[in-house]
Amino acid sequence: MSEVAIPSESVVVRRRRRRRATPLEYGRKRWLQIVLALNFLFLYFPIAALIAFSFNDSRRNVTWQGFTFKYYEKAYNNAGLHEAFLNSMIVAGTSTVVSTLLGTMLGLALYRYRFPGRGPFEGWVHLPIVIPEVCLGVAMLAFFAWADIPLGLFTVTVSHIAFTIPFVAVVVRSRMAGFDESLEEASRDLGANGWQTFWSVTFPYMIPGVVAGALLAFTLSLDDFVITFFTSGPGSTTFPIKIYSMVRFSVTPEVNAASTVLIVLTLTLTVTAMLIQARTGRKIDTHG
Amino acid sequence: MDNPKPIISIRNVTKRFGSVVAVDDACLDIAEGEFFALLGPSGCGKTTLLRMLAGFEHPSEGDILIGGQDMSDVDPNKRPVNMVFQSYAVFPHMSVARNVGYGLRVTGVPAAEIKERVGEALALVKLAGYEERMPTQLSGGQRQRVALARALVKRPKVLLLDEPLSALDAKLREAMQLELVRLQQSVGITFVIVTHDQDEALSMADRIAVMDSGQVRQVAPPAELYEFPNSRFVADFIGKMNLFAGRVAGAADGRVLIEIQGMDRIAVPYGDQARGEIGVAVRPEKIRLAPTPPTDGEIGLRGRVREVAYYGDESHVFLETAAGVITANRPNAARTTTPAVALGDELWASWEPADTLVLTE
Ligand SMILES: Nc1ncnc2c1ncn2[C@@H]1O[C@H](COP(=O)(O)OP(=O)(O)O)[C@@H](O)[C@H]1O
Ligand SMILES: [Mg+2]
Repeated sequence: MSEVAIPSESVVVRRRRRRRATPLEYGRKRWLQIVLALNFLFLYFPIAALIAFSFNDSRRNVTWQGFTFKYYEKAYNNAGLHEAFLNSMIVAGTSTVVSTLLGTMLGLALYRYRFPGRGPFEGWVHLPIVIPEVCLGVAMLAFFAWADIPLGLFTVTVSHIAFTIPFVAVVVRSRMAGFDESLEEASRDLGANGWQTFWSVTFPYMIPGVVAGALLAFTLSLDDFVITFFTSGPGSTTFPIKIYSMVRFSVTPEVNAASTVLIVLTLTLTVTAMLIQARTGRKIDTHG
Repeated sequence: MDNPKPIISIRNVTKRFGSVVAVDDACLDIAEGEFFALLGPSGCGKTTLLRMLAGFEHPSEGDILIGGQDMSDVDPNKRPVNMVFQSYAVFPHMSVARNVGYGLRVTGVPAAEIKERVGEALALVKLAGYEERMPTQLSGGQRQRVALARALVKRPKVLLLDEPLSALDAKLREAMQLELVRLQQSVGITFVIVTHDQDEALSMADRIAVMDSGQVRQVAPPAELYEFPNSRFVADFIGKMNLFAGRVAGAADGRVLIEIQGMDRIAVPYGDQARGEIGVAVRPEKIRLAPTPPTDGEIGLRGRVREVAYYGDESHVFLETAAGVITANRPNAARTTTPAVALGDELWASWEPADTLVLTE
């Protein structure tokens, strides 16, 4: 260290001012900063590269030839991609609406009611979150085969509803954990019936959780691959599956462009969800 | 009481939560227009009793009548009472005006009337001009006023308040005590307030019910409660009290003779029958301190000053006597920094026999 050259007295002074980093000040530890930087590199370099090469004016993905938008144009004009994107939107849109509705009710029920077998029930609700997606996909496929339901957009949508409900329920439930129940009592006390109380007191409090749950369900559905792979049939190819099939053919900048669109879409939704939660959270939680 | 028309009748009400008896065979009549306080230590069942009046809990046994009507099948939203919650429970996503108007909107009062009544209610709690503020933009005291206005705008027969002042700082609390009393007098509604703070209850209420582990121990106006507590619990809980264990040695012409360990036998005026082990009590402010024994007729006790606690307006002198440590309050009437009583002083404590309480319970 360069401090060696400084007269010993001022070293002492300096040491005292520069006290040791406490455990929480990890930002001040050099080696931790390096580990952190490496982590970020591992996480984001492939994504950054993917995005960068979507603008590369070359058929191959290895050397940088120049900037272009032409692969976005190509991807846009690719009828297969177009259809897949539309399918994804239909599936994600429908499954989000249904799973938000059911998941919100489930989350509220788990928060509100004590009933026999509630513990096991709660565990059972969370099961789809921890079960490997492959198993879930196989199970769905087996079920649809047994019930003699032809694979298609319908089966994909139903599967997506099934696996996103628990996520919505968990988000809504955790939102309700901070709810002051005397608000509902106050509403009753002031003459409102149960229905009025729910819509004018309880539900407004739930909204950030419901919105966050819905956006989570939408992104999960939008980029789901495994379950969709098992449950989709002819004509129900979704965006991720289409990209996968294109990659199997060859990795072209067109794939990069399509993937970038997917990334931007999910990122936008996630950030929106976080912003909504942060804003309403601040508005409501600072009270009492 | 002398008022023949109780607005609230609590008849042998018991409330159990599993094995916990939160309220134990409570009987109370609260008169119309009264400022009534439920006072007791934490966990004695005050909130439970209040919540049964509001309809959020149902008595395990007994009946509650409000305005002469049995409440057992009446839901909270149909009762002629309104409550100010301990947490205020101001709706966080509604403006002040919408909060106050809420109870009118849900019951279908016309918009024009709502506007007028909300304005009146806000003026009553001195929040005129705050209509469009959100709860987050209000202080704790202001939120409480919103909760008050929101309940009062419904024109209930009874207003229930659960520890309404406990979250406020000392100065604001004192101001609000006075204001609540003024408010109650101006609207003429019966107030039932729950508190664990005896000063609050004494200074505000017309009548106080002292509760202890679910039981109502005494119901009386503040002065009666303070000067004539009916039990050791009430005597000890309300204000400060010197308590002695005594034995009745006899009775003669309206007086009982009591033996207390470490004291001469004393004669105390007492109307009722008393025998055996009893409690003897005297308030610290009734005790005088002097360097010489008291004159005839007073009860005297010699002791040594062990500690003096200075409070500005008065000092509390702790005197070590043969009957135990007793406390005497001395007003600091003269403007001086020299203490009138010093540690180790040998003094006589004395009080009138009539100031002595005999507690048989
Ligand atoms: N919902 C409840 N479930 C179980 N026990 C309760 C419930 N509400 C109150 N209690 C119990 O009843 C007793 C009285 O409580 P409470 O009325 O809140 O007392 P206070 O308001 O005087 O402090 C306490 O022992 C408390 O633990
Ligand atoms: Mg309480």
